[in-house]
Amino acid sequence: MQVNGTLSTLSDMAFATSVAVYVLAMLLYFAEFASARARDSAEENSAEPAAVSAAGGSSASGGPQRPVVGRLEPEPRKPWSERFGGMAVAVTALATLVHAFSLVTRGFAVGRVPWGNMYEFGSAICLVAVVAWLVVLYRQSRPQRKTTTAPRLRGLGGFVLLPTTLLLFLSGTALYAKASQLQPALQSYWIWIHVSAAIVSTGVFMVAGVTSMMFLVRLRYENNPLKSERIGSRLPMSRMLDRVAYRATVLIMPVWTFAIIAGAIWAEAAWGRFWGWDPKETCSFIAWIVYAAYLHARATSGWRGTRAAWINIFGLAVMVFNLFFINIVISGLHSYAGL
Amino acid sequence: MSTSFLRRTLSFLRNTWRGLTSMRTALVLLFLLALAALPGALLPQWSLNEDNVREFSDNYPTLAKVLDAVGAFNVFGSVWFAAIYVLLFVSLIGCLLPRSSHYLRQLRARPVRTPRNLERMPHHAGGTVDLSAEEMTAVARRRLRRWRTEEATEPDGSRTISAERGYLREAGNLVFHFALVGLLITVAGGQLTRYEGQVVVQADGSSFCNSGTYNYDSFRAGPTVDGTSLSEFCLRVKDFDVGYLPSGQPDNFHADIDYQSGEALDNGNWKPHDLQVNNPLRTAGDRVYLTGNGYTPVFTVTFPDGQQRTKKTQWKPVNTGTMLSQGATKFDRPDMPDEQRRHENQLAIRGLFAPTAQLNGKVLSSSFPALNDPMVAVDVLKGKLGFATGESQSIFNVNQELIDSGELERVERQNLAVGDSVRLADGTSIRFDGVQRWVNLQVSHNPFQPYVLVFALTVVVGLGASLSIKRRRIWVRITPAGAGTGPTGTDAEESDGDTSVEIGGLARTDQAGYGEEFTRIAEELLVGGRGSTSSSVAGDNSRGRSS
Ligand code: HEM
Repeated sequence: MQVNGTLSTLSDMAFATSVAVYVLAMLLYFAEFASARARDSAEENSAEPAAVSAAGGSSASGGPQRPVVGRLEPEPRKPWSERFGGMAVAVTALATLVHAFSLVTRGFAVGRVPWGNMYEFGSAICLVAVVAWLVVLYRQSRPQRKTTTAPRLRGLGGFVLLPTTLLLFLSGTALYAKASQLQPALQSYWIWIHVSAAIVSTGVFMVAGVTSMMFLVRLRYENNPLKSERIGSRLPMSRMLDRVAYRATVLIMPVWTFAIIAGAIWAEAAWGRFWGWDPKETCSFIAWIVYAAYLHARATSGWRGTRAAWINIFGLAVMVFNLFFINIVISGLHSYAGL
Repeated sequence: MSTSFLRRTLSFLRNTWRGLTSMRTALVLLFLLALAALPGALLPQWSLNEDNVREFSDNYPTLAKVLDAVGAFNVFGSVWFAAIYVLLFVSLIGCLLPRSSHYLRQLRARPVRTPRNLERMPHHAGGTVDLSAEEMTAVARRRLRRWRTEEATEPDGSRTISAERGYLREAGNLVFHFALVGLLITVAGGQLTRYEGQVVVQADGSSFCNSGTYNYDSFRAGPTVDGTSLSEFCLRVKDFDVGYLPSGQPDNFHADIDYQSGEALDNGNWKPHDLQVNNPLRTAGDRVYLTGNGYTPVFTVTFPDGQQRTKKTQWKPVNTGTMLSQGATKFDRPDMPDEQRRHENQLAIRGLFAPTAQLNGKVLSSSFPALNDPMVAVDVLKGKLGFATGESQSIFNVNQELIDSGELERVERQNLAVGDSVRLADGTSIRFDGVQRWVNLQVSHNPFQPYVLVFALTVVVGLGASLSIKRRRIWVRITPAGAGTGPTGTDAEESDGDTSVEIGGLARTDQAGYGEEFTRIAEELLVGGRGSTSSSVAGDNSRGRSS
């Protein structure tokens, strides 16, 4: 199978474009964030009991305005923060399309899955993270949600895009690998199953971990409005952030478990044993245990809020460590690095 | 005195057990397990790569001594690692047994009665509908048909339905944790009964039979394996081929093999198999893997009296990129019946082999891993090689001490292309005949492997059920018009003939996301009962944990 030069150049161009557009989206998110009114926890808290006591009334309109793009009645003027936010989401979606195009053309250029080395792996993880973020936004904007609180999750966008763009940039520079064939050990249909599951899990864990970090910042502010005020006051409610982090983790934990087991099945066929405490296997196991600890912490009194969030962040740290340090510095059987 | 001692001991034991099986302990043990596994990922491990451990020890001798003493180079075989996971699993089992019986009791229990004040519930909605109480009850019953329900009539004439759903969540959770125990047991079973052997086979039709451990170059086995009853099969390696990309990166490895097992061993039928990196041979309960390959330069020595000997000894790749290989092919003299003399006149051809020769002056290196222009650069050594004297020997080299002591002497140094020969002073002639390939095979046996897989898949299914299913409750109170005071007070100003409906919801576990389902059901009930537009609304009291 010959590498298709035209397609691979096209893919590289799309990749560079998507990074630029992501940066633009990130700036827009931060512009929205900076121009947004500080959100008082008391204000949103009070909105809810209001909704409850209004049961029987016709709406819970006592709460703050809802930033659902396109759902609001045309108003004379939207505040600047609204406009930035709307643009940010649109630009993110555009960047995501270009990014996806880059991966697909890469796949066609080499006639195989587009996740055969660190560059492609990093790029795919970022794509998953951004798609996960868009899904979170979309779900928050669904009608059922309108009757509950008015979450301003969008304020999180810049913080999700920041590490994503960074990782993407790293993948495209330091880790970049020219389009080429897979080495024999990777020529197996398990690369479809195992690696895609690992990519999806890593991407979603990334969103969950970032959300947990922001949860901590916000909680610090809610506990003492003098602390972390500049960021904390504009973030979504801590309760909201905690919920997003938890739901993302819970959703992806079975996928991550499956990714590890699929890896073991593949290892049995490729390396002669299903588990051998190879550094990559060990590190994945550690990450899995940490996430299991997160789930247990959520069910243990005294561990629920702050501590659970820290565990989730630690889980992400192990995942990132696994992705970079183990692949690049410690030599094991996993040979993605391609550096 | 002794009874109080007994009592104290018992209560101590009971408290220890309670502590051990508490969630907090499980949490701490999980952390410890993650922490203890960390050096396994960061430090070189004996079981993975002994060379790396030695290199580490050379670089940091004092540190390495300490680390080795505490088992940091053998984490997954160490006592402390085992202690943590054994404690964790004791805790797990101690936690699972009571939970299981509790779960079974719950399965038979009816959903709890509708609380008096549904407004206090985390989820809550209410309104009035145009239906009669009976009709509304029927609507609710139909909507909650897949829930476990319990109906009641309250003294004031209100109808209530308590409904609960998601019992499978706890079942999934229990299945998941039991499967973890199963996983541990089957993995341990495999450790006891497995074996794994490595063997080099020349790809010229040479055969290998799994008839005893002596056929292997190296062999490792669990404690219950004594090597007498290995799975019976034989194989022949007919051909081996590597495809290389122009960059020199290998693109595919194919070993063309034949094998026979079971009855075929007696009737001589051979079955073909295309052995590849991701395609092991599975036969007789064992698996055969292709794990390495290399070149065998073939030499023919013609001794002064005219006798000829041909030898094929594998040489070892020293550079996997170019397959430059190194080795030593050793000969005994057939024309010397006297053993003493024979051992002092042995011959070794030692040197480098390049599949695609690149000469820099007279220095040989290889420019490509495929067999394009093979050449060897050899030293011919004569004297005492030391085999048969019982000293352990590398097959890839000669004993340097014998060279240093003068017992083994270099008599010739030459570069040879295929077909070239070199003549020694005593009339012996050595010819480089050509090249053959060899493969390294790994034979693995683990009778527990299928069960490990079953438990692993059960882990995923159980976890999926446990994390995606919500255990939740919903209560509906239907109050006929005029009955009571109307619990919510919202229908006070509605006209007669309206039935008031009140709905409350509670998610029983840490499971965000019930709010959406609740809102949907509440709306369907109120709209399904054709509730007047002014009165259907849902509130959300959710706080953190359950929403
Ligand atoms: C081998 C070690 C263990 C692992 C890997 C493990 C893993 C997990 C995972 C991944 C979950 C999430 C599933 C869920 O939330 O439903 C979970 C839940 C749970 N585990 Fe474990 N567990 C272990 C040991 C234990 C032990 C020792 C206990 C008892 C003390 C325990 C009690 C529970 C309970 C009660 C839940 C349900 C939590 C909830 O409902 O949110 N586990 N476990």
